Amino acid sequence: MKTSKVMNVLMVGVGGQGIITAGNMLSLAAMNAGYDVKKSEIHGMSQRGGSVFCHVRFGEKVASPVIPVGEADILVSLEEMETLRWLDFPAPGGKVICLKNRILPHGVENYPEDTATELKKHGLDYMELLPADLTAATGSAKTVNVAVLGIVAGFLDIPEDAWKKAVAELAPAGTADLNLYAFEQGRKTTIGE
Amino acid sequence: MSEKLFLSGNEAIARGAYEAGVKAGAGYPGTPSTEILENLCQYPGVKTEWSINEKVGLEVAYGAALSGARALATMKHVGLNVAADPMFTASYTGIRGGLVIVVADDPGMHSSQNEQDSRNYARAAKLPMLEPADSQEAKDFTKLAFEISEKYDTPVILRSTTRLSHSMSIVSVTERDERAIPGFAKEIPKYVMIPLYAKKRRIAVEERTRRLREACNELSVNRLEEGKGDFGIICGGVPYTYVRECFPDAPILKLGMVYPLPEKLIREFCAKYEKIYVLEELDPFLENEIRALGLDVCGKSSFPAIGEFTPEIVRRGIGGKEPETRKSAVELPPRPPELCPGCPHRTVYEILRDKKLNVIGDIGCYSLGTLPPFKAMHTLLDMGAGFTVAQGVELAEGKEAMKNTVGLMGDSTFAHSGIAGLFNAAYNKRHCVFIVLDNGTTAMTGLQPNPLSGKTIDGSPTVSIDYVKLCEAAGMDKADVKIVSAYNKEEIAGTLDTLLAGGRLSLLVVKGPCMILKRKQAKKQREAAG
Ligand SMILES: Cc1ncc(C[n+]2csc(CCOP(=O)(O)OP(=O)(O)O)c2C)c(N)n1
Repeated sequence: MKTSKVMNVLMVGVGGQGIITAGNMLSLAAMNAGYDVKKSEIHGMSQRGGSVFCHVRFGEKVASPVIPVGEADILVSLEEMETLRWLDFPAPGGKVICLKNRILPHGVENYPEDTATELKKHGLDYMELLPADLTAATGSAKTVNVAVLGIVAGFLDIPEDAWKKAVAELAPAGTADLNLYAFEQGRKTTIGE
Repeated sequence: MSEKLFLSGNEAIARGAYEAGVKAGAGYPGTPSTEILENLCQYPGVKTEWSINEKVGLEVAYGAALSGARALATMKHVGLNVAADPMFTASYTGIRGGLVIVVADDPGMHSSQNEQDSRNYARAAKLPMLEPADSQEAKDFTKLAFEISEKYDTPVILRSTTRLSHSMSIVSVTERDERAIPGFAKEIPKYVMIPLYAKKRRIAVEERTRRLREACNELSVNRLEEGKGDFGIICGGVPYTYVRECFPDAPILKLGMVYPLPEKLIREFCAKYEKIYVLEELDPFLENEIRALGLDVCGKSSFPAIGEFTPEIVRRGIGGKEPETRKSAVELPPRPPELCPGCPHRTVYEILRDKKLNVIGDIGCYSLGTLPPFKAMHTLLDMGAGFTVAQGVELAEGKEAMKNTVGLMGDSTFAHSGIAGLFNAAYNKRHCVFIVLDNGTTAMTGLQPNPLSGKTIDGSPTVSIDYVKLCEAAGMDKADVKIVSAYNKEEIAGTLDTLLAGGRLSLLVVKGPCMILKRKQAKKQREAAG
C-alpha cells in the first residue's frame, strides 16, 4: 500500500558529501514508484564548502517544494553539527538519522561538543551511524551517501526495483555497481543504536 | 506520446524553449539562471552562445528574432540591468519571431549582491511578464510566452526565482514544434528607432498594452480557484505553492501573468470576499497595482518585503497556527563558503593582505577574499566596477593614491565589462594598477567558458583575448602588462611592487587554472583513456 500522506525527507550536510546526488536518487525512486515528487535545494555560493541541504517530498500530490518547519518525517544528516542546524524541521517524534561525522568549518578551532546529547533531548527518534561501520560494510568511503540512503530506504514506502533503477541511473558514470552495492549494504545493515 | 521527466525549473524552461521550436539562445551566466542555457545547448536544432555580457546576449537574441526565429535570452536579475537598454527599445520595435527574455530573481540573496524585484522592469519597459510556480508551469509558460510574443508583436519576460529555478518536479514533455525561419526583411519604420519612427511605435506600445490588459482576463494562466472561507488570496509564482500547502481550501486568484494585470478578474474576485490577501515576495508590486484600481487589500502590512517566503511566513501572515520550534543549547559556528583548497586566487590575496593595499574588488569566487583569513577586498558593487571605481578614487585623491590601491577582477568579469573600464583608464590617462585573476573559467557560476578560455559554450575551441595586444590597442605600453603564474608568490609580489612603484596605468594578469576545473578535466582525461 502506498502512503497517501506526503512524506518529507530533509537531507543535510556539507558541500562535497553527495547530499544532492542522494536527494536526486530518492526523488527519482519515488517518481519511479508512481508518486508526485518535489525537491528543493539551493546551489551557488553554498557549494564552496558551505552547508548543503535538500528537501525531498513525495506523495499523492505535493504542493510546496519546501518542507514546512516541524513536518519532516525524516531528517538525514551526513555531518554531526549540521543535524542541529535543522532542529526545527523534524515532526514531533520524527526520525533523525545522524552520521557521526565531524567536519570543522574553516577558521573554527573547536568542534561543538554535546551535539548528540542535545539531539536526544527533544523527544525525536534518534539514530546514530558511524562512518567507519559504513565504510567497512561497503568497502568504500566514496559511497557513504548512498549507503545512508539504503538505511533511509528502510523507512520509506518505495519498492526495491524503483530504488535500484534510480541508484543505477544517477550514479556517476562507471560506478553503478559500486553504488548499488553500497545501497544494498545500507539496506541490510543496522548500525549504531 | 507524452513522457514524464523530473526537471528543475531551469531545465523545464530550456525544455519549453526547445519544444517551442527555439532556434537561438544567448545569455550570460548568473545564479540562479545559468542552467537554462547550459541545458538548451544540449538540444538538437538550437544554436546557443555564452555572450560576453547580458546586453550583448539580448541583442544577439533580438537579432535572431528579427530574422523570424524564436529566440531566448537568459540572465539573472542584475543581468537585466545590463540588458535594460536594448530591452526598453525592443519593446517599441517588437519582433518577428518570438523573443522571450528569462530573468531569474534571487529573493533572499542566496548568491547575489542585491535583491531587486525584476517585475518592476515589466511595467517600466511596458512588456508582458509571466511567472510560473513549478517546473511544469515553467515549461508551459515558456511556450505560452512565445505565443504571446508573436501574437502581440512584443518581447515577453519570463520571471523565475531561485526557488523555482533550482527546485525539481515532474513535467510532461512533448515533441518539438519545428518552425521555418522567414529570414531578415527590411522594414525601416518598425525597426529603426530614430525619433521620427520611435514616436509612432510609442503609440503602438500603448495600444498593445491596452489590448493585452483586456485579453489577459481570458488568459488560462490567470486562474480562479474556488474554495471555502471568507478571505481570498491573490498570488503567483512559488508563493502560490506555499499557500496551497498551508491553506488547501482557500479561494485563490492565481496570476500567471504579473504584468499587465487582469482588472476584470481581480475586481470580480475582490468583490466576493470580505478580506483579500496579496501574497508576493519582495516589492508590493501586485499590491500597488491592485490598490491603484481603488481596491483595498492586505499585503506588505502582513508579509515581509525583504527575503524569500517560506510556508511559515505565509501561514503567519494569514494568522494560521505557528509551528513549534526547538531551542538548541549548543552554539553552532556558522559554515560560510570559502576559497577551495589550492585555489589560485589564494596566493594573490595573501599578498594583497600583507601589503595592506586598498583593493577595489569585483564579483566572482574571488569575492571570498573579503572574508577572513584575507579581508583583502574592500569594495564590491557590480560587475566591472573593480577597474572603474579605482579610477574614481584616483580622480578624487590624485595619482599618488594609486601607489597603494589596486583594481581587481576575474577573467569572465574582465570580458563582461572590465575591458571598457580599462579602455576608459587609458583614454583618461589614469595611473591605476589593475589585476585580472585569470583561472580560465567563470568559476562562481559553475565553470562556463568565457572569451579568455579559448572555448565556446559547447566546448569547441575558439580564439582567446590576447591581454598584451588588447592593452597595446588601448594605447598602453607593452612593458606595463605583466602575466605571471598564480603559484609563484615571489614573482607576483615582486611584479606588483614594481608596478605600484612605477605609477603608470598597468595590468597584472595572474594565471592559474581553477582547481575544480582542473579536477574535472583530469577526470575526463582518465575516462577517455579508459
Ligand atoms: C551583471 C551580472 N551578471 C552576472 C552575475 C553573476 N556572476 C557573479 S560573478 C560572475 C563571474 C565570475 O567569473 P570570473 O570573473 O571569471 O571569476 P571566478 O568566479 O572565476 O573567480 C558572474 C557571472 C552578476 N553578479 N552580475
